[in-house]
Amino acid sequence: MQEIQKDIYKIEMVELLPVIMEKKNDMWRLVQICCAFVDGNYEITYSFATGYEISNYRLVVAKDEPVPSISRVYKSAILYENEMRELFGLDVEYIKVDYHDKLYRINEETPFLKKEEK
Amino acid sequence: MPKRSIVPFGPQHPVLPEPVHLDLVMEDEKVIEAIPSIGYVHRGLESLVQKKDFNEMVYVTERICGICSFMHGMGYCSAVEQIMDVQVPRRAEYLRTIWAEMSRLHSHLLWLGLLADAFGFEALFMQSWRLREKILDMFEISTGGRVIFSVNKIGGVLKDMPADMLSSFVSILNDMERDLRETTQIFMDDYTVKSRLVGVGILTEEDAIRRGAVGPMMRASGIEVDMRKTGYAAYNDLDFQIITSKDCDSFARCQVRIGEIFQSIELIRQAVAKIPDTEISVPVKGFPKGEAYVRFEQPRGEAFYYVRANGSKFLDRMRVRTPTFANLPALSQILQGCQYGDVPLLILTIDPCISCTER
Repeated sequence: MQEIQKDIYKIEMVELLPVIMEKKNDMWRLVQICCAFVDGNYEITYSFATGYEISNYRLVVAKDEPVPSISRVYKSAILYENEMRELFGLDVEYIKVDYHDKLYRINEETPFLKKEEK
Repeated sequence: MPKRSIVPFGPQHPVLPEPVHLDLVMEDEKVIEAIPSIGYVHRGLESLVQKKDFNEMVYVTERICGICSFMHGMGYCSAVEQIMDVQVPRRAEYLRTIWAEMSRLHSHLLWLGLLADAFGFEALFMQSWRLREKILDMFEISTGGRVIFSVNKIGGVLKDMPADMLSSFVSILNDMERDLRETTQIFMDDYTVKSRLVGVGILTEEDAIRRGAVGPMMRASGIEVDMRKTGYAAYNDLDFQIITSKDCDSFARCQVRIGEIFQSIELIRQAVAKIPDTEISVPVKGFPKGEAYVRFEQPRGEAFYYVRANGSKFLDRMRVRTPTFANLPALSQILQGCQYGDVPLLILTIDPCISCTER
């Protein structure tokens, strides 16, 4: 884990679930999950807060690399993960409630990716 | 095991001004599980960063919501100002605070009216909205708009409020406070209100955290967190206590919002008394490069803005996590175990804003 900016830590895939479990056990609230497509990779940022303290954990994955869902640990991740998959095409595996790309009922596939990125 | 059935609720329903759907798994009249479903009016505003430059995005963010329009603009500007290291003049921070608190007042009054309408107390509904109208008039006087104000810009605000306007607003609020005490007393004391709200839709402190609840929803579960205490805008100069309740039910959520109505009036009074006489904006040159996130307290709870810029006039990414989006999992939680007849009212107690959710 490496701090790349104040309160933003870069993590590797193997660190994701241990970090999530640690946050859950310490009663941190899931604030949001943000997906961005930068330089051919997905950047997924998980934000957790307790009181006014916030920590953001950033995972960078290749375009075709699957990401495990955290919705079985944090139920509130369901909407964020379905959103990331539908809007960006991120392969999130085993979401607890899977809307099958119909969370937003839009016809266009991965509308948040630019044409050249699809 | 009793027979289970799935009852669809919404997207069109008398208590829902905006479309949201729930699949309710029922055993007789009892709700066992509720699965929310959105996406009827998704606009994809975040992706407009590919087409609109970072200054134009102020106007896009203001159109995320018709109730907390001002605060969306403020949140976005704050994030870009953080990236560009812009020091906003203190008067602009105070003006932002005053408009933000006016937005909270009008949002909570709107919600009280909708709540009264939902349990059939029409006189209370009209009274709440009559009072709200005065806030909209104040918006119109100070910004020229009643819904979209377009007064935020990166580096400050576009319009000032002269001293006589500010003092007239304080006297309007002083008069309004008397009417508000009378109206909100009915919400607090009337048995018809209590019979629908007390002990209904329990969200424990632990569930509020586990489900990521924010705002009055979280504070009504005994959690003392209000983003205004982080001191953004002019809040670090203002004195206020966080309003919470430990009752965790629908009535507690009503209590917290009513408390915040009077708190907003007091905060506006304090801000008017302390507002410094400085410029209202600073010129901003160049393009943003870097990333920043801000959290701030909208009427419905904490909003999260993330902005990532590449040094050109178009941003790489803008992400908005609105309070209703965060409160939907908590809604599923409070619906579990409730009676079917309470479902419309419980949806209202999270103060849903689907416009925000479908940004």
